[in-house]
Amino acid sequence: MRINPDKCVACGNCTYVCPMGAIYIDPAIKRATVDRNECVECYACFNGLSQEHLNPTLVRTLRKLFQMVRLRFDPEPDVCPTAAFDPEDLQWPRVVRRAFSDPRVPHESTGVQGRGTEEVKTNDVTGRVKEGEVGFTIEFGRPGVGVWFHEIQKMTWALAKAGVAFEKKNPITSLMTDVATGTLRDDIQGEKILSAIVEIKVPVERTEEIIRLVREVEQQVDTVIALGVGARCDASGEENVVGPILEHLGYKLERAKTNAGLGRITNPVEESQPEPAQATR
Amino acid sequence: MTNTLHRFGDAASFYDDYVIFAIPSRGKNEKGSIPKLKKFLEMALPFKPVNLGDAIHGGALRPSRNMHPTAHWKRDMEPDFRAVIEGVDTPTTVAAVFDNRVAAEDFLTTVRQADLGLCINVSTSIDGAEQCCHAAGIPRHSVGYSLGFQGKTEKLPNSQVLTLTTMCGHGMISTSLAKKMIDWVKEGRRTPEQAVTYMARFCSCGVYNPSRAKRILEDARTKIK
Repeated sequence: MRINPDKCVACGNCTYVCPMGAIYIDPAIKRATVDRNECVECYACFNGLSQEHLNPTLVRTLRKLFQMVRLRFDPEPDVCPTAAFDPEDLQWPRVVRRAFSDPRVPHESTGVQGRGTEEVKTNDVTGRVKEGEVGFTIEFGRPGVGVWFHEIQKMTWALAKAGVAFEKKNPITSLMTDVATGTLRDDIQGEKILSAIVEIKVPVERTEEIIRLVREVEQQVDTVIALGVGARCDASGEENVVGPILEHLGYKLERAKTNAGLGRITNPVEESQPEPAQATR
Repeated sequence: MTNTLHRFGDAASFYDDYVIFAIPSRGKNEKGSIPKLKKFLEMALPFKPVNLGDAIHGGALRPSRNMHPTAHWKRDMEPDFRAVIEGVDTPTTVAAVFDNRVAAEDFLTTVRQADLGLCINVSTSIDGAEQCCHAAGIPRHSVGYSLGFQGKTEKLPNSQVLTLTTMCGHGMISTSLAKKMIDWVKEGRRTPEQAVTYMARFCSCGVYNPSRAKRILEDARTKIK
C-alpha cells in the first residue's frame, strides 16, 4: 500500500487504523507514510476508511489556519478526507502478504477467504476430524502483532520432526517446499503477514504431547499464538474425550465454535469424493 | 471461522455474544449455495440480529467509497441488513450475530427446520452453544475449543482493548483505534454508539458485535483495566 503524497493532508486518521502501526506522519515531508517493511498489505486502511474526495490544497490551508489559532477541530476518525491511498500491483513474493492479511482475498490454494481454512466448521461434510482424532489450529500473529514466515517455520519444523501430518488444504502447507520437514519456501521467509494458521491432525492420545511441544517452541517464536483444538462429538452430541485432557493441562475452556452437524453433501457425486486419508502417527 | 473463535473474555462475558454462521464447503456443498446463504440471512431478521455479514462484502455497517462532506453531520449509523443479504453473490461464509441466547436458540431452531444443507456453526461460550443446540434439538457434531493466547503475550494490549479488537478476528480493528475510541468515549467526544460504529466498519466479514462492544465501552468509561 502506498499513500499519494500529493493527496495526503496529514490528518493522521490512518495512523490509528493500521493494525500493524505501520503508518506514521513523516516530519520531513509532512505526509502520512507507510513503513513498507512492517506493512502486511491487509488493506484495512484502504477498505476500512471511508473516502472523501476533498481538494487537498483547501484542506491543508484550513488545517494550517486552525493550527495557527490553536483551534481544536474534530474530524470523523474513520475517514480519509482526500482518498489518498494508492493500492499497488503487488508482485511475488510481496503479494503473499496480502493473501495472508486481507481477509477478503481468497487463498488460491484453498479458495477460502479469511485465513483460508475450514477446520472443523465443515467437519460434518468433510469428515476431516473423526472420533479418536484431534485437529489443531495453531495461529500466529493475531491479534495485532503479525508474524514473519521464518518465525512460523520454527513451529512447522518442530511439528514435522514430531511426525505429525499437516492439513493438505491449508495455505501454509501449500507454501512448503518439503512437507516432510515442514520447510517453507525460501523466497517468502522475509515476508511479514497479519496472521496464519498451521493445521495438523493427530490421534487423540497425542494431544498432550503436541500441546507441550507447541508450548516449548512458542518460547522461541517472536509473536503471539492462538491455539484451537477441534474434536468430533459422539452420537449424542457429547465431547468427553479431548475437553478433559485440555482441562488437565490447565486450560480453562471458555469459548468454542460448535458445528451443529446440519451440513449435507449436495454437490454432484463426482465432485464430492472424500479426500484420501492422511497418514497420522 | 477461526475469527470468531478466539474472542477475548471468560465464558460469562459471552452472555450477549452469539455468532451463528453458515459455510459451504468447497467440493462438498457450495454448488447452488448462494440462494441458501441469502435465505439463512433472511431467516435471521425476525430474531433481531445485531449484525449480519458475508466474508467478502462485509457487515451491516460499511465504509463509504464516496463520502459527501456534509455526511459528517448526518452520518448513517444504522446497520443495513438488506444490503448484506442482497450483496451475497459468491459462495462464502455468512453470519448472523445475536446479543441474547433466546434469539440464537430460536434462530438455530428455524435453521434446522429449513434444512439448507449448509454447514452451520455456533460460536459463543461452550455452554451457550450447547444450550442452543439442545434447544434446537440438535446433537453437536464437532467442537473447536479456543485455548486462548499464548507465546509472547506481553505484546498484547490490556483486556478492554483486547475485548474490542478480537471481535474482528481477522485483525482489521487495530489496537490503536480501539484505544482511541475508549479515550474519546471517556472524554465525551463520542458516544459509545458512535465509537462502536466507527470500529464495526473495519470488520470485513460482519461478525463484529456492536451490542457487546457498546457494553465494553460503557464499562471502560469508568473502569481502567
